[in-house]
Amino acid sequence: MSHLSFACRHRFPDGFELDVAFECDRRVTSLFGRSGSGKSSILSILAGLFKADYARIQLGDRLIADTDQKLFTRPEHRRIGFVFQDHLLFPHMTVDANLNYGAARESGGTDISYDRVVEVLELRDLLGRRPGSLSGGQRQRVALGRALLSRPELLLMDEPLAALDEELKSRILDYLQRVIEEWHIPTLFVSHGQTEVRRLAEWVYVVDAGHITGQGRPTEALPDSRHDFEGDA
Amino acid sequence: MFNEAEWNAIRLSLTVSGYVVLFTLPLAIPLGYVLARKEFRAKWLVEVFLNLSLVLPPVVTGYMLLLLFQADAPVGRFLRSTFGIRVAFDWKGLVVAAAVMSFPLMVRAIRLGFQGVDPRLEMAARTLGARRTRTFFTISLPLAMHGVISGSVLAFARSLGEFGATVMLVSQRESTQTIPLLIYSMRDRVGGLDAIWPLVAVSILLAGAALAASEFLERRTQRR
Repeated sequence: MSHLSFACRHRFPDGFELDVAFECDRRVTSLFGRSGSGKSSILSILAGLFKADYARIQLGDRLIADTDQKLFTRPEHRRIGFVFQDHLLFPHMTVDANLNYGAARESGGTDISYDRVVEVLELRDLLGRRPGSLSGGQRQRVALGRALLSRPELLLMDEPLAALDEELKSRILDYLQRVIEEWHIPTLFVSHGQTEVRRLAEWVYVVDAGHITGQGRPTEALPDSRHDFEGDA
Repeated sequence: MFNEAEWNAIRLSLTVSGYVVLFTLPLAIPLGYVLARKEFRAKWLVEVFLNLSLVLPPVVTGYMLLLLFQADAPVGRFLRSTFGIRVAFDWKGLVVAAAVMSFPLMVRAIRLGFQGVDPRLEMAARTLGARRTRTFFTISLPLAMHGVISGSVLAFARSLGEFGATVMLVSQRESTQTIPLLIYSMRDRVGGLDAIWPLVAVSILLAGAALAASEFLERRTQRR
């Protein structure tokens, strides 16, 4: 049985229609497509931050949403971690308090220790600081650590590299790779850049105009050329 | 510098304002949050009712409070027989009148405070396993604290100056003379206009201090 099975349909007030169904049974899956294709809405629906007209979501052996049965699990009970594109660190708390915020959550199964997260993401020197004083790359690492420490069963990342310059991108990619190798948390990330998809993803769904138009291993599913949707950012 | 009546008025004004903040804050915070975050059909009605006392002549508000709270009115009778509380023509009426008059100001400031908090921060908290109440108390409220503080200070200062509704609901008597009521009653006494100035100075000082305190606290919360 696949780890995540997802289907949703939604018509937005501006006429845009999202109609998507997919499964994730590999460790790292990517939703690849240009901005405005509906990728981020899919993550919001998955996390329970947005209610779609129709949604059916099965995570492991738990059915967490099914509009047909009027079932909607609140975001706090889904055990789905979310790394937002703009990080959304709590500005009035230290890095340490941000990291610990999700630690009170009902156990998600995976054993992730605070010390290990701080070590792998090299956060030791940042613990006493507030998010306002951090650089973009540092914030990204804290956001990743915070999501990990809520011990999720599924990790969602919205454009994890979009806000970073080229040099930082490759450094954050290293961190992401380390996290994936260390904790084996099933991960679904949204991206419009081929670099990170080729490097991290084991399976890609190509999303276009609210529909899935292709899927496969990155080498098969992505266009050969270096032309990706980078320019759309 | 102050005679006994003046000291009593100053003390009474401060006490009344303190009670106003204490009693209205628990109502104003949830209301400010709901108005900042939720859309519902009757929202305009709530806003009209909430802000009515800002634009009505204060004596009209006072008159309606009197209709509500006088001894033979339903609310007045209920409070009297159940809790033994008298509001009309009593110092508690000072609190009620000032609370009604300053409530819209308080809610407005608190609402602005909540509107300044990115709702996506609340979403982030939810994905980290925080229920709504925990999200509210650990994210929304602390980040809106400057609004809560300035709302409290505004309500406190507005209560110090409350006159119109108060005169209607409580009227002039020795035991219920706040600073503005005492100033008004001194006007017609012989030499009264000259004797008023210390109370006027106190009024200006208290209002200025309240605003300065709010400014200071607001800056401090923002720096955090």
